[in-house]
Amino acid sequence: MKVTFKIWRQEHASAPGRFREYEVDGLTPDMSFLEALDFLNELLVIRGNEKVIAFEYDCREGICGQCGLFINGRAHGPHDQITTCQLHMRSFSDGDTIVVEPWRAAAFPIIKDLVVDRSALDRIVEHGGYISARTGTAPEANAILVGKEVADKAMDAAACIGCGACVATCKNASAALFTAAKINHLSNLPQGKPEADRRVLDMTRQMDLEGFGNCSFTGACEVECPAGISIVNIAEMNARGIRVMGPGTDKK
Amino acid sequence: MLDPKIPEGPLEHKWRNYQTQARLINPANKKRLKVIVVGTGLAGAGAAATLGELGYEVECFCYQDSARRAHSVAAQGGINAAKNYQHDGDSIWRMFYDTLKGGDFRSREANVYRLAELSAPLIDHFTQQGVPFAREYGGVLVNRSFGGVQVQRTFYARGQTGQQLLLAAYSQLSKMKRAGKVAVFARHEMLDLVVIDGRARGIIARDLVTGELKRFAADAVVLATGGYSRVFRLSTLAIGCNGSAIWKAHKRGAFFAAPSFTQIHPTALPQSSDAQSKLTLMSESLRNDGRIWVPTKRGDDRKPNEIPEEERDYYLERRYPSFGNLAPRDISSRAAKERIDAGHGVGPLKNAVYLDFRHAIERLGLDTIRDRYGNLFTMYKKITGVDAYTEPMLISPAAHFSMGGLWVDYELMTTIPGLYAIGECNYADHGANRLGANSLLQASIDGYFILPNTINNYLEQLLSEGEAPGVDHPEFEKAEREVAECITRLLSVDGRSTVDHFHRELGKVMWQECAMSRNRKGLESALVRIAEIRDAFWGDVRVTGTAQEMNGDLEKALRLADFLELAELMCTDALQREESCGAHFREEYQTPEGEALRRDDAFAFVSAWEYNGGSFRLYREPLHFEYVQPTVRSYK
Ligand SMILES: Cc1cc2nc3c(=O)[nH]c(=O)nc-3n(C[C@H](O)[C@H](O)[C@H](O)COP(=O)(O)OP(=O)(O)OC[C@H]3O[C@@H](n4cnc5c(N)ncnc54)[C@H](O)[C@@H]3O)c2cc1C
Ligand code: FES
Repeated sequence: MKVTFKIWRQEHASAPGRFREYEVDGLTPDMSFLEALDFLNELLVIRGNEKVIAFEYDCREGICGQCGLFINGRAHGPHDQITTCQLHMRSFSDGDTIVVEPWRAAAFPIIKDLVVDRSALDRIVEHGGYISARTGTAPEANAILVGKEVADKAMDAAACIGCGACVATCKNASAALFTAAKINHLSNLPQGKPEADRRVLDMTRQMDLEGFGNCSFTGACEVECPAGISIVNIAEMNARGIRVMGPGTDKK
Repeated sequence: MLDPKIPEGPLEHKWRNYQTQARLINPANKKRLKVIVVGTGLAGAGAAATLGELGYEVECFCYQDSARRAHSVAAQGGINAAKNYQHDGDSIWRMFYDTLKGGDFRSREANVYRLAELSAPLIDHFTQQGVPFAREYGGVLVNRSFGGVQVQRTFYARGQTGQQLLLAAYSQLSKMKRAGKVAVFARHEMLDLVVIDGRARGIIARDLVTGELKRFAADAVVLATGGYSRVFRLSTLAIGCNGSAIWKAHKRGAFFAAPSFTQIHPTALPQSSDAQSKLTLMSESLRNDGRIWVPTKRGDDRKPNEIPEEERDYYLERRYPSFGNLAPRDISSRAAKERIDAGHGVGPLKNAVYLDFRHAIERLGLDTIRDRYGNLFTMYKKITGVDAYTEPMLISPAAHFSMGGLWVDYELMTTIPGLYAIGECNYADHGANRLGANSLLQASIDGYFILPNTINNYLEQLLSEGEAPGVDHPEFEKAEREVAECITRLLSVDGRSTVDHFHRELGKVMWQECAMSRNRKGLESALVRIAEIRDAFWGDVRVTGTAQEMNGDLEKALRLADFLELAELMCTDALQREESCGAHFREEYQTPEGEALRRDDAFAFVSAWEYNGGSFRLYREPLHFEYVQPTVRSYK
């Protein structure tokens, strides 16, 4: 298989970036997309006149959330609900030109080439994305019953892998889906209820401070979310926010 | 010389006795003590958060861009605990026994008992932190069974148990970060340990964004850096998993125990080409309902669904009738290898066996199977394009878990005072083979419950001493200089081959000679080959870019340089152990039926290796079994 990669290259955060084209022959449909980039990088090393392309990954099985490329105008490539590392070359045709860009959002500054800084998401979690329970203080696990429906609903939200595709794909670069998933995971469980009000205030405030945009409910994010997090979560988060702050104070 | 420091008293009282006798530190003094924790997996994040809660000042490191991505996140199947919620005869004692037996009697009774003893409170703890474990309609927790045991003691959160446990640990870490008690250094890789006057005093880490080498000083250092099975290159581990931190500690004096004990998981997706970078695991929980088989006819090229029932060999059920498809991992992997080597392998490269759900779907219905394993079937489809609801999965053995690791005593301290190793990077509870769902447990218990109750016993002694040496101590300078020199050397070889080229070469040798089945001749030739590959690497590798920038090529090269040394120790260890036990199968030592032949007369000890310049010296920690009589491990 032969394809042309058009890849965003940028030395560092403040350097200007540009696309560069690489024609790559010898790929196979079974290769994962990231393996095709590995292949290209090995070619670059052997040719020796250019630095390797920086891109991110770790688990390569769709769970760590570290990979994330904008491929032909879509977060994580042409399919719905998968990560970049789960994309295979069989999704492309011989002779294709494939455009590869980093996530683009004000809150995700570029570090190098295709690598961005997503630490803003960590800081949102630091602002209440936890249950304040010290090690050693837990009651017997079955002492608090949690119905299957409730547990399943919490699990649906908890499945977020923190990749940032929702932000990258949103025209407002909003982190509402990410934040809502964390809030609803915890606040639906009995263990997370005592702090639910504080959590929604703190986390949404931090989300705004990080420079993410507002959510305008286009639903683009849920299409790209590898974990299939539904935008219903955002409505639920907003409802929680309104309940706590009072009507008319929905600051989106 | 190797003192495991097992506390006095009967087995059931040892941990309590230890705690009552350990030195304590008052809250005001804890603030004066600083601990470095390398790793943010279940072990590292659990330890860092808990030490922070206790009042210590903590600095915590990971190489990923966020603590939430440590490889614990990838665990699917579940976590064991002796809760006996199923009323099926489980108990701490039974879990202790299963684990000891599962490890083929190559671990310490006292450690294993403590693991089982602390398992039940751990489930309480995670539930309280918001882990959405699977529940019955009535609201109680659900269990399933895992390989090597006959009770149902595995707790799970869909097929994402590791992710959910890690997110809980990460959330507690985030809480302590906000409280100002823990500083998290993501995108920092530890490249050396600093030892001053025989004690661990800090680390050298490379900032992976700027390339800067930084010094960090502390009163104690905790390594929680996970497994090193990427030495095989192809494995179920994340691409960045490495052995560098523990290898550098080993070279600074920490003994390395049972380095060759590696678990080969029976149910990963088979390799399909040389370009492949990783082998995806299909959770062992699938073996609860899936049946493993190969065609009875060699080289049978028919599609699986066209092969009639009587021409299918359910070889695990045939060889191990009482455990069947739930035989432990080492045994299942070896049995698969045996069938594949005998010409019954399936798939394009004939390197796989079938895992079939047809009977389970007939018996339980599609909905139940979808509810139990839906996400695994989806993952399978994404990777292979095949629908496993209608066609059996193709699976194959893959390197998965390192039982071996830094030698630690009952307090989880290595042979370097002030250096601890927790989680997968130590050698402690799993012996020669780890039972499924026991490792999330071990990592979490080490981090949350044990280390925070043992580290005080060491730190208390430091309080009466003066200031701890700072980062301008000559040993810090020396360690940093050595790291810098190594980097310069790598960048200046400017040869003709890529880092991956050498990693593939190393992986092939290790998979061939030091994986599921080993023999003297193969190991001896592997030792020669590894030395050749190492020389070729240092003579002909090309690493692009510079030291002062984000440089993925350099990161890989540094990790491989350490793997090329660690591989030698693994083969040395496998060669020395002239018996078969657990995952360590020496072909020379087997029963007429092809089962492992353990030799308790000569090898009932833990091998702990000391680094001696370019060679290794063996120390033996004898294993005493006071409560359990080691038996022949049979799953027939
Ligand atoms: C695919 C898969 C599935 C599994 N499923 C199960 C299961 O169902 N049940 C079960 O019990 N076990 C399972 N295991 C095993 C289990 O997940 C691991 O043994 C366990 O999570 C290890 O935790 P840890 O905290 O020791 O290490 P990890 O979670 O691997 O964390 C290692 C940490 O160390 C950091 N680190 C590593 N090297 C460096 C360095 N040089 N410098 C700085 N930081 C460094 C990393 O960034 C990371 O934060 C599975 C393993 C795999 C691979
Ligand atoms: S590399 Fe982990 S999700 Fe893609």
